[in-house]
Amino acid sequence: MTTIETHADAAGESVVASFFAGLASWATTADHKKIGRIYLGFGLLGLLGATVISALLGLERAAESAALQRDTLVQLFQAQRVSLVFAGVIPLALGLAIAVVPLQLGARQIAFPRLALTGCYAWLGGLVLTFTALGRNGGVGGGTPDAVDLFLAGHGLMILGLLASAGSVAVTVLTTRAPGMTMWRVPLFSWSALVSAIGAVVALPVAFGAIIYVFIDHRLGTQLNFGGAEGIGPWIGWIFSVPMVIVFAIPAVGVAAELMPVTFKARQPLRGVLFTGIAFVGFAAFAAVTTQSFVTSPDNIATMVSLDSDQTFGAFLGDLLPFLTLVGVPVLGLLMVMGLGGLTAKSGMAHGRPQITAAFLFSFLGMGMVFVGVVGTFLMGIADLEIAGTAMEEGAVLYVVYGAAMGVMGGIAFWAPKLWGRTLPEKLVLPLVLLALGGTVLASLPLYIAGFLGQAGGIPASDPDLETVLSLDYAGSASLWNVLSMIGSILMLVAVLAFVGLMMKTFVGAGARAADNPFGGHTIEWSRPSPAPASNFEHVPTVASATPVFDMTHEGSRS
Amino acid sequence: MALPAAAPPAPRRQLLVGTALACVAGTMLIGGMLAVFALLRERFLDANPEGRFPVDYIITEVASNVMLMTLWSLCVFAQWAVYSGKRDDRAHTALALGIVGLLAIAFINGQAFVWYTMGVPIAADYYGPLFYAVTGTMTALVAAGLVYTVVASFRALGGRLGEVEVLSAHALYWYFIAAAYSAVWFLVYVTK
Repeated sequence: MTTIETHADAAGESVVASFFAGLASWATTADHKKIGRIYLGFGLLGLLGATVISALLGLERAAESAALQRDTLVQLFQAQRVSLVFAGVIPLALGLAIAVVPLQLGARQIAFPRLALTGCYAWLGGLVLTFTALGRNGGVGGGTPDAVDLFLAGHGLMILGLLASAGSVAVTVLTTRAPGMTMWRVPLFSWSALVSAIGAVVALPVAFGAIIYVFIDHRLGTQLNFGGAEGIGPWIGWIFSVPMVIVFAIPAVGVAAELMPVTFKARQPLRGVLFTGIAFVGFAAFAAVTTQSFVTSPDNIATMVSLDSDQTFGAFLGDLLPFLTLVGVPVLGLLMVMGLGGLTAKSGMAHGRPQITAAFLFSFLGMGMVFVGVVGTFLMGIADLEIAGTAMEEGAVLYVVYGAAMGVMGGIAFWAPKLWGRTLPEKLVLPLVLLALGGTVLASLPLYIAGFLGQAGGIPASDPDLETVLSLDYAGSASLWNVLSMIGSILMLVAVLAFVGLMMKTFVGAGARAADNPFGGHTIEWSRPSPAPASNFEHVPTVASATPVFDMTHEGSRS
Repeated sequence: MALPAAAPPAPRRQLLVGTALACVAGTMLIGGMLAVFALLRERFLDANPEGRFPVDYIITEVASNVMLMTLWSLCVFAQWAVYSGKRDDRAHTALALGIVGLLAIAFINGQAFVWYTMGVPIAADYYGPLFYAVTGTMTALVAAGLVYTVVASFRALGGRLGEVEVLSAHALYWYFIAAAYSAVWFLVYVTK
């Protein structure tokens, strides 16, 4: 499809006219790099909001007396989940994929660019409606019926938008690869974006169907079937939780997998196994969908297993197999990705010193955080541990979301030269890696401990639910874990804020122009100038390997 | 640094793949909704062992059966449009697409008839919200197909008849709709 870009230069000398022309250029763009950056910009803002709300909730739980009004607390708990997932991790991961994947594939444009942009606006509109609804006592257990309906409609709109954008990414990987680029040669990040997009296409429509039911039942029906406003949590709450969130974190894993061979200046061995590992993480989408059955059939939860010795072997096996398939396979997938990363590191170290960058550290440590979240999800599935429904669930969500955000920040630092022609200053980004790592661990690990100690978790839908979530044993150590979690979210807030500041500084033109391939990247986007031109490639290149640029610079070198 | 240039890549069925993904999403949507429908019906029948679901409504089976046949016959015409398009046969392509559009409208009309005849109040009992959610979503998908037919007609007949990708993708969507409605028909109208 032919698309036309409006450029700010067309407005001539006038500053005002130039500003509005620039704004129009961004608002109506068909350039995937701009669409991706719109997602990334709002995603970073959403993440900032999520860290603020998480810190406020930590403060509330740590305080012996209520620090916030109880009426607002039910909405605040939901605002945290909405901002972590729908305003944070999803737009960040999707934005990076939209901005980078076509470049990696040797494509001039993303598939269906206007659909991707429309999806972005639908998501943004839905997000605004959702927060408006929460501000008017809507949401799960909300007391204003119209606002509850608005909350559901907002979610429906967000899901439609995200499906449109994720669909564009998936079709791009499947159909617009450069000549010679078989699926086998697709860059690792693009593969992870495809897996994540397909996971979204599989799981989000199920949530959309539940939203239709709950909306009709709540607005027009008897509220007998779905429990009215309080039923929203059980029916669609799974989209704010693990394992669903893991699906959106897959591109962050892809960034780490992409940067491992670049950092260690070696080819990635066993690419097929690595592809399989990333695809295994996508099994989380199926696990997420099955958790909806919890509502109607609590005895038949496919993501849980009991080790009780009194049960028959057949019953144990019947629980174990779906549990291992749905919850165990993503753990295995991440282990495979990390194991093969280690293999690449070993291979590279034998031939010289690696080029450790802030981008690599961000993404590698981010993947580690996601892994801890996935392991937490696995442990929650073991019924005998009695940690399902505790604060550990929130800890796992924070591990996955903050870990994925670290991975995406690594991706932004890595691909910034191609997106806006500047590199982020390494010396300033490196401390942020440590800050974000400390923030993620402090925000999440204490909640794991609190979960093991029995602190209740979940999304409260009513005053009794809220009482349960906030009731802590202050004679014990419960307060300490919540204080630590609050501090963690504040550290994450500072890290993200500083990262956004650095990004904006280079985005407006500060710093030296980046070289074409400043990090020694292996894939074809690094054959283009920095920043990449609007149409990416004047001549679509022919690709003869998975690492064409690495081959050109290391011809005849080790494999 | 520059890599060797190649000829521009041939189109790789973007629209077809995109439509296939939309069909996957639609399958998950309808599948998920039917699963919930079946589970809630089971719950209702467990609580009312002598009961029937729906309670007091007579399902207009003739109309629902005709709607099913309408959709499957619609697929034949959608495929006929592909066949004619491949042969640059503008008249038959237009005729086939026109019939597809008419049949889609007939389906929507049939659904409206079923709603009117059954007279299920949406706010009165347990069954109403479930029934209208499933059948309403299905009707919305058919309406989306009707829009797709109009777009495909403009694109195929507006000078690009030789490119049958849009017609093939259009036909694929209607196959999905026919399969999805078959499941809805069986669960909502046949089994009680």
